[in-house]
Amino acid sequence: MTNRQVFAPLSLVATGLVCGRGGMALTRALDFSVTSGQCLLLRGPNGTGKTTLLLTLAGIVAPLEGTQALEGTDAEAGPQFHYCGHRNAIKPRLTVAENLGFWAAVNGATGLPIAAALEQVGLDRLGDLDAGYLSAGQSRRLALARLLVSLRPLWLLDEPTAALDSEGQDLVTRLIDAHLDMGGLAIAATHDPITLPDPSRMETMVLGARNSGGPP
Amino acid sequence: MSVDTTPKQSWWNRIAHPGQFVAWTAPLLWPLTILTALFFVLGLWFAFFNSPEDYQMGDTVRIMYVHVPNAWLSQFVYGVMTVSALGTLVWRHPMADVSMKAAAPLGALFTALALFTGALWGRPTWGTFWEWDGRMTSTLVLLFIYLGIVALWRAFDDQLRAARVIAVFTLVGAVNIPIIKFSVDWWSTLHQPASVFRADGPTMPGSILTPLFVMFFAFTFLFITLQLKAMHTEVRRRRVMTLQRKAAQGGAA
Amino acid sequence: MIAFRAMVARELRLALRGGGDVLTLVLFFVIVGAIVPFAVGPDRALLARIAPGMVWIAAFLAMLLGLDRLFRPDHEDGSLILLRQADLPLSAVVAAKLIAHWLVAALPLIVASPFLAMLLAMDEPTFWRMLVSLLVGTPALAAFGAVGAAVTVAIRRGGLIAPILIAPLSIPVLIFGTGSITASQSGAAMLFLAALSLMAVALAPFAAALAISSAED
Repeated sequence: MTNRQVFAPLSLVATGLVCGRGGMALTRALDFSVTSGQCLLLRGPNGTGKTTLLLTLAGIVAPLEGTQALEGTDAEAGPQFHYCGHRNAIKPRLTVAENLGFWAAVNGATGLPIAAALEQVGLDRLGDLDAGYLSAGQSRRLALARLLVSLRPLWLLDEPTAALDSEGQDLVTRLIDAHLDMGGLAIAATHDPITLPDPSRMETMVLGARNSGGPP
Repeated sequence: MSVDTTPKQSWWNRIAHPGQFVAWTAPLLWPLTILTALFFVLGLWFAFFNSPEDYQMGDTVRIMYVHVPNAWLSQFVYGVMTVSALGTLVWRHPMADVSMKAAAPLGALFTALALFTGALWGRPTWGTFWEWDGRMTSTLVLLFIYLGIVALWRAFDDQLRAARVIAVFTLVGAVNIPIIKFSVDWWSTLHQPASVFRADGPTMPGSILTPLFVMFFAFTFLFITLQLKAMHTEVRRRRVMTLQRKAAQGGAA
Repeated sequence: MIAFRAMVARELRLALRGGGDVLTLVLFFVIVGAIVPFAVGPDRALLARIAPGMVWIAAFLAMLLGLDRLFRPDHEDGSLILLRQADLPLSAVVAAKLIAHWLVAALPLIVASPFLAMLLAMDEPTFWRMLVSLLVGTPALAAFGAVGAAVTVAIRRGGLIAPILIAPLSIPVLIFGTGSITASQSGAAMLFLAALSLMAVALAPFAAALAISSAED
């Protein structure tokens, strides 16, 4: 892993952000910022709004109050983030390679070539297989491969380690680490431990009524 | 009825295994093909050169030698499908659903050919390609049933689960087809179309019967050959899917 | 442009590889037309007179059938959320889906329409007018259908509501569509039909994209 900075220095800043669904607030007012090379972990019990926060940052759900902005980006540029949610968005009846190739074409093939991305996530021998045959863990890996074929600075990950075994969790940690090396940022909601080799890059924010901690 | 587990296996149970079935019946394919070809050559020679033309319809009556066997086959194939459906539901014979699946497109094909040749025959006779008379209409409905079954097979992902469901539908269709024929005949007499067309034509002298029978055999053997080949293909298709599934499992979690 | 083509290609692949949808739609179209004589009787004069209308009704119903596939599968497996972050604007995504939908749903109907014309005792000049009117008018049906599908994408049983929404919008299409087949005023009706299709195809992607983004909020 080289230390070349691929991405320009950015920071995601949220001010007074209240996230909710259907008019109901699910989080308190959040103030945080994440800069290039940092990963913010979202912790908290189920139902505390981690998914909603990620969807709000992704622009899918409008915030109830407050603002968020990715500073340092060119306003003309396309979407600057990858969102990886609970559902894998994998089409059965298309092959593994075709699934990935589609996302590369539609998101911009700026990252790894398809074969290299599949190799990174451990699916290199299954390129021509009908994606409907993949197990839950393999599907999750294919979803992660999508993040590798198009380079975007911000990663919004919702339970990236879901359905993955310990080897898969190591994979997620490696991928996030490599991404931070390139100057990217990541925000991940997770129950499983993601421990980066360099702990100074990680911050934790706990959502939920009982703990009122923000980033240190 | 469970698979016979005694050391001495009857042929019925031996061919229950798909691989065995393919191996056991593969040698039959070439003889069947040659037999079919011979029947066709013989039948067509009779049809074109050795049978009289009809006093009313002239030479076009020769289409009958293709049309009538196709019409017979369209019903026969449904019979094969019905027996296969029973095989799937009642006896649980593994090759039954392969047979059922293979027969459906073939039945659709022969029914469509029957309609097509009927339309060609009807053009000089009625003046139009299509007339809503009882027999042609029933055949059209049968075509819709066949095509619906073909679409049903393709709509399922899991072919094994599909087999039982489709077997049920095939049996429902089998019960309904006589009802449909009866109601369509009643409907056509109600509206009394001015048609003198009857699929079996006017009185049939013996010189017509011979080529007709030969063509019957020709088409029936054609169906048997195609059905066997289609069953082999389906068995191989399922093996490919199983191998793909194994490849996915072998490719690490 | 690459992204747009990839979108169309994916839609076509999914439609053609899975489940025999094309066969089902064509079959539905022909059956709807074919059952008419059972209901009204096989009198050729009567059939010929109502044939243009029946063909259009059959085409309308068959295209409604294919609509649920437009957005619902992508909504359910999470692809729709990801497509909103693609390099392609969402309206372009919808436009690509619209093109693929027309190719897979309308074009096969048009190819099968001669068979239906024969069953319904249509004469030859009428047949050619029917063919042109279907070519010109089905894009409008597809476009209005896409809007209906987009509006109902997030609704659980939305597949049943969409036809109700689309039907009123499609009435002008049916009026001009059948009008352009039956002899008098057929030229004017055909022009109106073409204008309707152009307008619908141009506006529907934006309307549908707006509906989809509003559905999540």
